[in-house]
Amino acid sequence: MVALAFLLPLLAGLGVFYFYAFVKNIYYSFTNLGSFGKATFTGLENYLRLFSDPKFYRSLGNTLRYVVIAVPAVVVLSTLNAYLLSRLRILSGVFRTLLFLPAVTMPAAIGILWRWLFNYKFGLINALLGKFGIEPVAWLSDPAVSLYSVSIVLVWALLATQTVIILTGLQNIPAMYEEAALIDGANRRQIFLKITLPLLSPTLFFVITITTINVFQVFDFIFLMLRPATLAIQYASSLVYYFYDRAFIAYEKGYGVAVSMILFLIILLVTVIQFIFQKKWVHYS
Amino acid sequence: MKKDKHTPVIMILLIIASAMTLLPYVWMVLTSLKTYEEAIRIPPKILPEKFQWINYQIIWNKFPFATLYLNTFFVVIATVAGNIVVAAMAAYAFARLKFFGRDLLFIAILGLLMIPGQIFLVPHYQIINSWGLSNTRIALVLPGIFRVFGVFFLRQAFLTIPREMDEAALVDGANHLQIFVKVLIPLISSSIVSLGILIALWTWTELMWPLIINRSLDKLTLSAGLAFLIGEHTTYYEQVMAGGVISSLPVIILFFFFQRYIIEGIAATGVKG
Repeated sequence: MVALAFLLPLLAGLGVFYFYAFVKNIYYSFTNLGSFGKATFTGLENYLRLFSDPKFYRSLGNTLRYVVIAVPAVVVLSTLNAYLLSRLRILSGVFRTLLFLPAVTMPAAIGILWRWLFNYKFGLINALLGKFGIEPVAWLSDPAVSLYSVSIVLVWALLATQTVIILTGLQNIPAMYEEAALIDGANRRQIFLKITLPLLSPTLFFVITITTINVFQVFDFIFLMLRPATLAIQYASSLVYYFYDRAFIAYEKGYGVAVSMILFLIILLVTVIQFIFQKKWVHYS
Repeated sequence: MKKDKHTPVIMILLIIASAMTLLPYVWMVLTSLKTYEEAIRIPPKILPEKFQWINYQIIWNKFPFATLYLNTFFVVIATVAGNIVVAAMAAYAFARLKFFGRDLLFIAILGLLMIPGQIFLVPHYQIINSWGLSNTRIALVLPGIFRVFGVFFLRQAFLTIPREMDEAALVDGANHLQIFVKVLIPLISSSIVSLGILIALWTWTELMWPLIINRSLDKLTLSAGLAFLIGEHTTYYEQVMAGGVISSLPVIILFFFFQRYIIEGIAATGVKG
């Protein structure tokens, strides 16, 4: 009874906003829910349409591209940053603060500053490239480039948090292991590869999992940096952007929800696969 | 470990990494202080002839920053407070009370963390709409109160407190509510602060939910409202940059004061994940 009293607020909220909402979401995916709350059951229609919708396939393909580009980049760069920070005994706190700044900046502000850097005519990036004789790039309007521009910003923004998490993981490794290896004559690279990385693997596993889930849900920078209804945004559209576009721009909520169900199943599958494979490389002490 | 002969190399690499992080901000600030002609000069000129503080005044008058900041302030405070109360109560039940199906329920709630939030957006929209709450500030707070992350975070904090503390209080005749409020909450106060800051940060950066549920600019948080600034006023780059500074600088300053808690909170998500 006492337990119920303590749990009641949470359970009431979860009941409405998660469990009921989840069931509702599955239901909506089998309906033609539009802009005015009225939903008629249409069976598998949304899913059948999905599987013959080139825009859906493109968004799915793009999402996988974002994952393949951004996840390794974030993991490698944040590990490198964290490792450098952990090796430094002076000013390490100052650098850590600076590297963390993107994590406390709202996506729209990040969008504003990167749109300006990427500006075709007046942007700093094209001006710098021009100094090396490189032709200006239409970062935000060329459909062949826009996905990569978004990826750059995504990596830049996601690095901050993961660097701090990995740094903590590094600091939790007892110094005695590395000192013992140093005395035994191991060099820095051997220590890093043979001792630090295996001991860090639980943290890395967490970072990879979280980053993968985050990147699968990329939306903010696509929405904030690219012009709506252009080829550039279509060729950079992710599953979540396509979901938003269908559900809240085109007001085909039922169809949008079907897209979100696919996203849910993919993330579930990827998470399960990661948990199965972790046994092969993650060492828990 | 004595002297590290690699220190200069490490230092140079970190300066490069920090420069990559900082440069976009510096360029935003510099542009915000230029005239329009200076901002679009080709090739770009680094420093403005004279600092154009007027850009800040112009964009402040053009765009309802004050309203957006007030809304954000309300939404962040309400979400943080609500979330902490709900999460702390549930965490206490999971850490200290015995009841049927406790572990199973806990795992079920853990599973929620794996579900992408977009799954809930359309149903949330329908629910909030049917309650007549769309286009209100309450709508921005409601689903966010029930984020489950805090339940794990605070359960973990409760588990580090020895049970003898509760038992001593029980012997003295205290009930669960008294133990919870008077004994345990003060003992985990630093975890509560970390959680509060994490939730504030998440609410602060949230974009899609406010954009969907509240259509009028004066009912949005800054994070979502700023998206309108991008859409509408893109001609005068120096003014948009001033808007970018207005919306990012205050939190960056706050961050410098509270960074110990923020970093600890972020780090704890990794350790406990």
